[in-house]
Amino acid sequence: MAVIHQTLAVPDFSLSPRIDHVGIEERAARFTKRSIKAETKINGLKLALNMIDLTTLEGKDTDGKVKQLCYKAQHLHDAYPGLPTVAAICVYPSMVSVAKKALGNSGIKVASVATAFPSGQAHSDIKIRDVKYAVNNGADEIDMVISRGKFLQGEYNFVFDEIAAVKEACGIARLKVILETGELVTYDKVRRASDIAMYAGADFIKTSTGKISPAATLPVTLVMLEAIRDFYYKTGKMIAMKPAGGISKSKLALHYLVMLKETLGDAWMNNHWFRFGASSLANDVLMQLEKERTGVYQSANYFSVD
Amino acid sequence: MAKARKNNTVKLSFDTLKYAPAPESKSSATINAQYDLFINGKFEKPLSKKYFDTINPATEEKLSSVADANTADVDKAVKAARVAYDKVWSKMPAKERGKYIYRIARMIQERAREFAIIESLDGGKPIRESRDIDIPLAANHFFYYAGWADKLAYAFPNKQPKPLGVAGQIIPWNFPLLMAAWKIAPALATGNTVVLKPAETTPLTALKLAEIIQESDLPQGVVNIITGAGATGAAIVNHPDINKIAFTGSTDVGKIIQRAVAGTDKKLTLELGGKAANIIFEDAAIDQAVEGVINGIFFNQGHVCCAGSRLFVQESVYKVVMQKLKDRIASLIVGDPMDKNTDVGAINSKQQLATIHQYINIGKKEGADIFESNCVLPKKGFFCKPTLFTNVAQSSRIAQEEIFGPVLAIQTFRTDDEVIEKANNTPFGLSAGVWTDKGSKVFNLTSKLRAGVIWANTYNKFDPTSPFGGYKESGFGREGGLHGLSAYLNAL
Repeated sequence: MAVIHQTLAVPDFSLSPRIDHVGIEERAARFTKRSIKAETKINGLKLALNMIDLTTLEGKDTDGKVKQLCYKAQHLHDAYPGLPTVAAICVYPSMVSVAKKALGNSGIKVASVATAFPSGQAHSDIKIRDVKYAVNNGADEIDMVISRGKFLQGEYNFVFDEIAAVKEACGIARLKVILETGELVTYDKVRRASDIAMYAGADFIKTSTGKISPAATLPVTLVMLEAIRDFYYKTGKMIAMKPAGGISKSKLALHYLVMLKETLGDAWMNNHWFRFGASSLANDVLMQLEKERTGVYQSANYFSVD
Repeated sequence: MAKARKNNTVKLSFDTLKYAPAPESKSSATINAQYDLFINGKFEKPLSKKYFDTINPATEEKLSSVADANTADVDKAVKAARVAYDKVWSKMPAKERGKYIYRIARMIQERAREFAIIESLDGGKPIRESRDIDIPLAANHFFYYAGWADKLAYAFPNKQPKPLGVAGQIIPWNFPLLMAAWKIAPALATGNTVVLKPAETTPLTALKLAEIIQESDLPQGVVNIITGAGATGAAIVNHPDINKIAFTGSTDVGKIIQRAVAGTDKKLTLELGGKAANIIFEDAAIDQAVEGVINGIFFNQGHVCCAGSRLFVQESVYKVVMQKLKDRIASLIVGDPMDKNTDVGAINSKQQLATIHQYINIGKKEGADIFESNCVLPKKGFFCKPTLFTNVAQSSRIAQEEIFGPVLAIQTFRTDDEVIEKANNTPFGLSAGVWTDKGSKVFNLTSKLRAGVIWANTYNKFDPTSPFGGYKESGFGREGGLHGLSAYLNAL
């Protein structure tokens, strides 16, 4: 078990706070009523851009595809001066060294999925080797998946120990723990899995692999943000959040930022503490930023499709 | 980490990254410089020859002059309503009555934006609330009761429901259009005619409704809307040719009305004050409960008769509930009611603000601990910071009396029996809220709490199909649903 967490008393996860289905969805819907205008909108869009983990996770990924994506990460839209870069590139372990080299000293992180992503159906030894391979190739961040089968069987200790072991294997790499909320189904279970992940040493908790529908939703993300808040109240330790999958429009991204701000406050409003896992969000944000700058929408052909 | 845990002072911050102003445009609403009395289908100059100002409580600027009806004006309105009842409305086939009510509902929907703007300008409530709650609900009440108009025989099987005649209706300033809808829709559906008086600080949406009623070709005199203050209301209550009084407002005025109609054959329904208990048990979904408490007391600046103004927290979760409540209050946006991002708007009037301040002072003097939002209030207009009092006893005045503002009195409890006893230990009995994950506890509490409306794991939910009304000094009679029909019928 990870050494740094020996000071934390591990709670009985079967007693994790219950979530009221109606209440959480109502609260999440309230954030969508905020009206984001003028400079707040521009700042919000730039912030969203800067929080993106630009992702390619396909069986057909190649060195060429990853290199192109890495170039895009550094040059999102050169026609618009002063744009931030994305936060990270997210790839499979086999592509980590390619991405690392392509990104050089741009400051953009390389995140790698690992632990038999996306199903997690492999032996623990293999998962640990998967993680170590990615870290040794230079991954700054590891996106692991939890064993959902074990979790649904009620084997919380197994899930906890596995996360703790992966955390240890990560070394200095930050660990994102994917709950795959679409397979957990209820908000109560999402909350319980969030608690297990944080107490076991997660640096981030993350909603989804992007391979299962539904992926990230506002209410599911709110459940996780509230879990992070409770963990912070108890321990003073900040945990980061990453909704992933299904966030492809600027307006929705702004709703997430409103929810983040009004749930966890300003300290979380940066890409160290919040990320969007997305592949197509960046171009929609760029399109909206150009609209704000020039007053007119430009054709999608003006934005690169890498 | 250990340090933060020891002090337990981890605090969230919501100060930076403010939302840019997002004001609703006022251009799609027209407010006349002066409004007369709506009697017999026409706007008529008041016989009193007097007018009074209605102001925007967020800016203290005058919005319009409104006629002040005297006894002669009230008599004129009642006569118009009586003629309309005798000659037209009581004889019209119920199906035709229903059509008019549907028409009014649709016209409210069509002009919802205009209504929402005027409601927020005249009353100070956030535009988000008038847009998303008040106006849609008002239209829904007309739709709902329109459907009942020709089905009364099914609503009261084996009885022959008959309308009462002329209904005098007096409504408050906290939900001006919605209260007008609650009153007018069931009265019309059951075949009564109406003389309605909106509150003197918020008459404008009722007068807008009068314009719609005029355009809808509703027969003359079926609905009469007259404006004025307490004296006008008294003239309605005391008019000999009125068959029914429906009043929503303070318990003090309710008592005066009840005395006034004693010995007459006027039927009476009263929807009065409240001091609702919102009860959080240790097994509740705490974050959603905290959100419900916020909604319960800060919705419409706490100007809600069923506001959850007493909070009871089980002692085992008291600390965490308080921490979450305080952080949540810090994220509330208080200010310009016309801004789409405003959560808490302006207090309805200078007088009400003074009342609230008086109670805040009483709370301090009683030795309760005060916690206020650190928001900055606008310089002009009537505003009050969202306020919590802890260390409140059952014997504190702030726990006993209705404040009708954004002020929450918080008490703790240990056992179910204790909280039931404390929650019921009040002269009021309008509403209550129960927060627990356990279904059996919900049913135990709802059967033992003496309140007309009890919400479980939610708060301030309203629906036309659901009856609303109080026990004890919170009044009698029900509005909404089937019960709301029977208040306007003799079903023998």
